[in-house]
Amino acid sequence: MASRVIHALYTDDDVLMDAVKKVRSERYHIEEVFTPFPVHGLDKAMGLPHTRLAITAFMYGCVGLSVAIAMMNYIMIEDWPQNIGGKPSFSFLENMPAFVPIMFELTVFFAAHLMVITFYMRSRLWPFKKAENPDVRTTDDHFLMEVDVANHDVEKLTSFLGDTGAVEIKIVEKDNH
Amino acid sequence: MYTLSNRLRLFSIICMVVGAVGLMAGFATSPDSIEDVKQQLASHDDHGGGHAEVKTHDDNSHDAKEEHGGDAHYEHILHQLQNKPWASLYIAAFFFFMIALGVLAFYAIQFAAQAGWSPVLFRVMEAITAYLVPGGIIMFVILALSGFHINHLFVWADPEVVKHDELIQGKSGWLNGTGFIIRALIFLGGWILYRHFAVKFSRKQDEEPTGNKWYKKSFKISAGFLVFFIYTESMMSWDWIMSFDPHWFSTLFGWYVFASLFVSGITVIALMTIYLKSKGYLEFVNNSHIHDLAKFMFGISIFWTYLWFSQFMLIWYSNIPEEVTYFITRIEDYKLPFFGMLVMNFIFPLLVLMNSDFKRINWFVVMAGVIILCGHYIDIFNMVMPATVGESWFIGLSEISAVLLFLGLFLFIVFRALTKAPLLAKGNPYIEESKHYHY
Repeated sequence: MASRVIHALYTDDDVLMDAVKKVRSERYHIEEVFTPFPVHGLDKAMGLPHTRLAITAFMYGCVGLSVAIAMMNYIMIEDWPQNIGGKPSFSFLENMPAFVPIMFELTVFFAAHLMVITFYMRSRLWPFKKAENPDVRTTDDHFLMEVDVANHDVEKLTSFLGDTGAVEIKIVEKDNH
Repeated sequence: MYTLSNRLRLFSIICMVVGAVGLMAGFATSPDSIEDVKQQLASHDDHGGGHAEVKTHDDNSHDAKEEHGGDAHYEHILHQLQNKPWASLYIAAFFFFMIALGVLAFYAIQFAAQAGWSPVLFRVMEAITAYLVPGGIIMFVILALSGFHINHLFVWADPEVVKHDELIQGKSGWLNGTGFIIRALIFLGGWILYRHFAVKFSRKQDEEPTGNKWYKKSFKISAGFLVFFIYTESMMSWDWIMSFDPHWFSTLFGWYVFASLFVSGITVIALMTIYLKSKGYLEFVNNSHIHDLAKFMFGISIFWTYLWFSQFMLIWYSNIPEEVTYFITRIEDYKLPFFGMLVMNFIFPLLVLMNSDFKRINWFVVMAGVIILCGHYIDIFNMVMPATVGESWFIGLSEISAVLLFLGLFLFIVFRALTKAPLLAKGNPYIEESKHYHY
């Protein structure tokens, strides 16, 4: 079903922030906001929930630590406990200081890389992905707010958006499948 | 303006009195002669437990050893037990002194880095560094007493020991009473001098903020102080801590001690700030400031661990006999404090202070701060005790009393210093930014 959205373009991030607050207080639904750079406090003004990326990173770090411990315990202690330069390979704990650099690095490695991959997947970013850019100017110096028309009066909505300082307003038919 | 409440004054005086009495009792009950030691150990045996007497049991079972070196063994124990109250006094004095010193370094860094978030906390930091003067004088007196062998804390100060010890003889160019005192005088003098002028300029800046003349002076002396500090702090750690084991040396020791004093100092700033805010004195401090302090506590705790581990692992790995004895005595005789401190100084802050939201919750920061401070007390304990009292250690009357004595003194001086100036350094050019700091 095709739905209609309004694209309102702004040229200043302060104006955009005010507009977002006004649109929200009038209970119109903001589909998306496109900006050329991070605007501080925009997520809060839009009422977006906090990211849970840090929590995933912590869990990935725990996985990395477990992998390091299991790997070195198996290789150095259980499978072939050789005497290498007099290092005590009788138990994991006795030889642990020598394993700490690897445990640390693997924790960081897992936490960092898996979190980045999680980020790519959650924000749907990959090579050859088709760019979802509604207006090329939003990567340079324009800010674009996409407001859902739904059952609202289009005339009223466009004039309201014009009052918030939008420099350009377009009504777009969107094909969502 | 802050007014010192009577309850706090009374509390600190009670701490001091109880601590002083307990410490005197600790000195009074330390044995005077070998006979006393034998008696004490015998009476301990009746009660059962403890570990010094377990050692003597082992020795008693070897009759030959008993006859041959029995008295030598008791003399060894005697020295350890006589050192115990002195070492407790030294550890507590150094611990509270290093908090003030750590805060001073943090304060200078805030100026040199032109930090925009911290100026609202400057008066709290200035008050904590007020302990530097009395604490420094006490440290100096204790160091002078030990450096000239009034007590047995530093073995290199004992001419009898040095006579038979070529290693210490080789180091006597550095490790001698006179040089020790002169260096201590230079270190303390430099630090106190910076503290005096930094506070003076900060007060002048309040009176005369136009042109930021005094602020610029503060900036300059802070930069100069930081250069002076990192040299003197390093040498201080060799003199005041590392020379307890004059046969042992470690190159990153200065940094290690620095990390310990820095994190303790930051923790005390956080605790003081939370206390004062809860009493309604710091309405311009918000939870973003607490969040920043907690981040520092978290980060520097991990920095401390990094240095602790770098020192431990390098020595453990190469296992060179003259270096590794340092850790062997600590692991054999101080297993619980040695590894317990790792839990308190690393694992606990790592897990508690990792979450960004928790760093804004006052009771979380206070809880983490108390554990960190206890952990760093044990850190100093682990550096000093093994070399002075060896296996006869115990956290008992004299240790707790010494901490109480200096805790009382610290609280009294710091909170009295708080009453001397308004709690907002209003002339500071970054004060508006700092008041509206938000993270």
